[in-house]
Amino acid sequence: MSSILIQFAHPALEKSRVNQVMLRAIRDLPFVTINDLYEEYPDFDIDIDREQQLLLAHDYILLHHPMYWYSTPAMLKQWEDLTLEHGWAYGRQGVALTGKKLMNVMTIGGQREAYNEAGYNRYTVRQFLAPLEQTARLCKMTYLPPFAVHGTHRITEAGIQQAARQYRNLLIQLDAGLIDIPTVLDLPCINDIIPTDELTVNPAPQS
Amino acid sequence: MTESILLQAIIYLAAGVIFVPLAKRLGLGSVLGYLLAGLVIGPAGLGLVGEEGGDIMHIAEFGVVIMLFLVGLELEPDLLWKMRTAILGLGGLQVVLTTLAVAGLAFLLGVPIQPAFAIGMILAMSSTAIVLQTLNEKDLMPSVAGQSTFAVLLFQDIAVIPILAILPLLATYPLPGDAAGAHEHSLLEGLPAWARMLAVLGAVAFVVVLGRYGMRPVFRVIARTGLREVFIASALLLVGGVAYLMELVGLSPALGAFVAGVVLANSEYKHELESDIDPFRGLLLGLFFIAVGASVNVGLIVSQPGLVAGLVLGSMALKALILAGLGKRFKLSTDQNLIFALALSQVGEFAFVLLSFCTQNGILEASMAGLLTAVVALSMALTPLVFLINERLLLPRIGTRSHPDRDTDTIEEKNPVLVVGFGRFGNIVGRFLRASGVGTTVLDFDSDRVDILRRIGLKVYYGDASRYDLLASAGAADAKLIIIALDTPEKSLALVETVRRHFPQLKILVRAYDRDDAYEFMDAGIEHVYRETLDSSLRMGVDAMRLLGTRAYHAERSARLFRRHDEAALAELAAVRTDRKQYFSTARRRIRELEQLISSDETDRWLREVEEGWDAETLRNEMNQMATSPTPPPPTP
Repeated sequence: MSSILIQFAHPALEKSRVNQVMLRAIRDLPFVTINDLYEEYPDFDIDIDREQQLLLAHDYILLHHPMYWYSTPAMLKQWEDLTLEHGWAYGRQGVALTGKKLMNVMTIGGQREAYNEAGYNRYTVRQFLAPLEQTARLCKMTYLPPFAVHGTHRITEAGIQQAARQYRNLLIQLDAGLIDIPTVLDLPCINDIIPTDELTVNPAPQS
Repeated sequence: MTESILLQAIIYLAAGVIFVPLAKRLGLGSVLGYLLAGLVIGPAGLGLVGEEGGDIMHIAEFGVVIMLFLVGLELEPDLLWKMRTAILGLGGLQVVLTTLAVAGLAFLLGVPIQPAFAIGMILAMSSTAIVLQTLNEKDLMPSVAGQSTFAVLLFQDIAVIPILAILPLLATYPLPGDAAGAHEHSLLEGLPAWARMLAVLGAVAFVVVLGRYGMRPVFRVIARTGLREVFIASALLLVGGVAYLMELVGLSPALGAFVAGVVLANSEYKHELESDIDPFRGLLLGLFFIAVGASVNVGLIVSQPGLVAGLVLGSMALKALILAGLGKRFKLSTDQNLIFALALSQVGEFAFVLLSFCTQNGILEASMAGLLTAVVALSMALTPLVFLINERLLLPRIGTRSHPDRDTDTIEEKNPVLVVGFGRFGNIVGRFLRASGVGTTVLDFDSDRVDILRRIGLKVYYGDASRYDLLASAGAADAKLIIIALDTPEKSLALVETVRRHFPQLKILVRAYDRDDAYEFMDAGIEHVYRETLDSSLRMGVDAMRLLGTRAYHAERSARLFRRHDEAALAELAAVRTDRKQYFSTARRRIRELEQLISSDETDRWLREVEEGWDAETLRNEMNQMATSPTPPPPTP
């Protein structure tokens, strides 16, 4: 009954304060499959068949990674390069991923304010993610706004716990179909509509 | 009998080729095989070799000479210096005490005092050839017993010089006319004692100077020719020349060769000399043992069986007792002492030399010398049996076999990983884990290695890991992994069994030497088998490809593909390996597949990276079709 695939890519998870907590918060969810790419392919020798099977078996593909140089870690790019084959993921016969949802889950060092036209980084997070958004489109997938945990250099323990709880809630709500996809498509990030207090698994739909 | 040396050689070689494998098969060791071969072809057996045996014996003695040269090569002067207590103490006392005891007994039995002393000195010798060969075969050289044995043998070899000097003083019988034999060449006959002494010292000095300053440039020139056979010839010439020189001045040729070896031990040609001469050593020693077997006077033994048996067993028992007493005095543990005492209990090949010297110099009567020759030969022939009895019957009752005398270390650390065997493989794994902060407890039962590793600051424990109690005290109950990197699959499998029985929670990672080892471990159900040469060979292959201009990432990918394929093939082959036909057909198919994978452009895993991930043919085709079709093209990546 797994509907969410977490494509997790972090070359130094043992040093990451935030991502460890986030992963721990979602590990027990029965509908989630965590695919730790650096753990699976330390030599970057990606098993294309396995990866494609995983994609086929899930509805939501979440690329969970730290933002490195305004982009993904190298492994995730390698994974895209090899797994999203012509004739399978895109092209005239490439319909394997049609209708699936793609989303970025990211930890970002800079504060949210730094990511806008007037800010230090001059572009919004979504602008930086344009290549992935277009990849999703080319693969006939729906691209959802990112879940972004900002300011990880200075985040407090409480902040981390809150982000982890929110992440867990996001997955629960996605799985339960509680997020109305068409209305969220243009949000700068999805964080704003996810509750931060504890949710139980499979809560009753809100009226 | 024929005069043809070729035929003689054929008889000797055939006997060796037939009997040695047989003896090995029966677990008797090669030395006994050679001796048996000698007995069979000798006058007492088929009579294929008769009086000519003497000549062959002379050539074969060269085997002993070469052996001592090689022993010398192995010994660096520092090591000799380090062993001086053992050599002088253990060896000196052995020779002196045995001589006195044997001489005393002989005197009591009615032999006049002078010949009794000669007999004492002769019987004090042990067989360097047999003992070193056997200890090497049994891998006992590094043990305490092996080292002590070696020290005593060394002293005996050196003691031959003063013995040869003393013996003439013991002459009581008239000289049997012109003596024929090993010492007919001696230039020193009739010279005064001081002149002989000078000649002896001069000869030794000459060998030392030659080895240290003379041979190096000669070897360099010869090595530069690149002709291996000339190098071998020059090495043999050196050994032969030194032996001959020693014989000329009445010294033991073996000792001369030994000195030459020690002098060359530090030279850069050491290893080349070793490997070039080694085959000759084996062959000639074999001949020597055959000749000893052939020279046993069976007639004498048959006519006086009781006397001969009594002398053989009596002398061996006496020697063993004295040795055991010394071993105890020098603090050898019981099992080591047993090996030490019994190993040296026979009388050695130098006795033959001394006996013929004695008859020539009127020290012993010919009949006595004949009897003693038979005793010596028999005691040498019995040595492999003594080893066998010790190994099968005595040692198992007394202690663990071949264990250096040393208590097992007590281990206080509790670590998640045990590394057993810290040789060339284990030490890399162990150091890597330690450097990476993974707690490892290292166990090794090569005491020398343990000492060396400790001296360079590594924490290593000494002990036999296949023992339950040591594993337990090493913390096996709390550990998570055990890494086994022992020398032989037998040892590893024994350890696996112990681990499985007593510590089932331990994950076992085992190093296999090669494919055959790996199969055995896989049969035993071990999941984590590592062929020690697989990765480094592939790394070399990758480097070779890169040197040929292949791009690094491509070469790496090829190696990964090969590795994956080879591991899969190994598993498949392990299952069918008892069926030779199927094994080879599977192996052929696997190789074919791999070659196709690497060379073809079919859709295999890494070619898929190139063909579809980064350069999709299908994409190009689709684009071309788009360009020619009237409908607008879709978005492209």
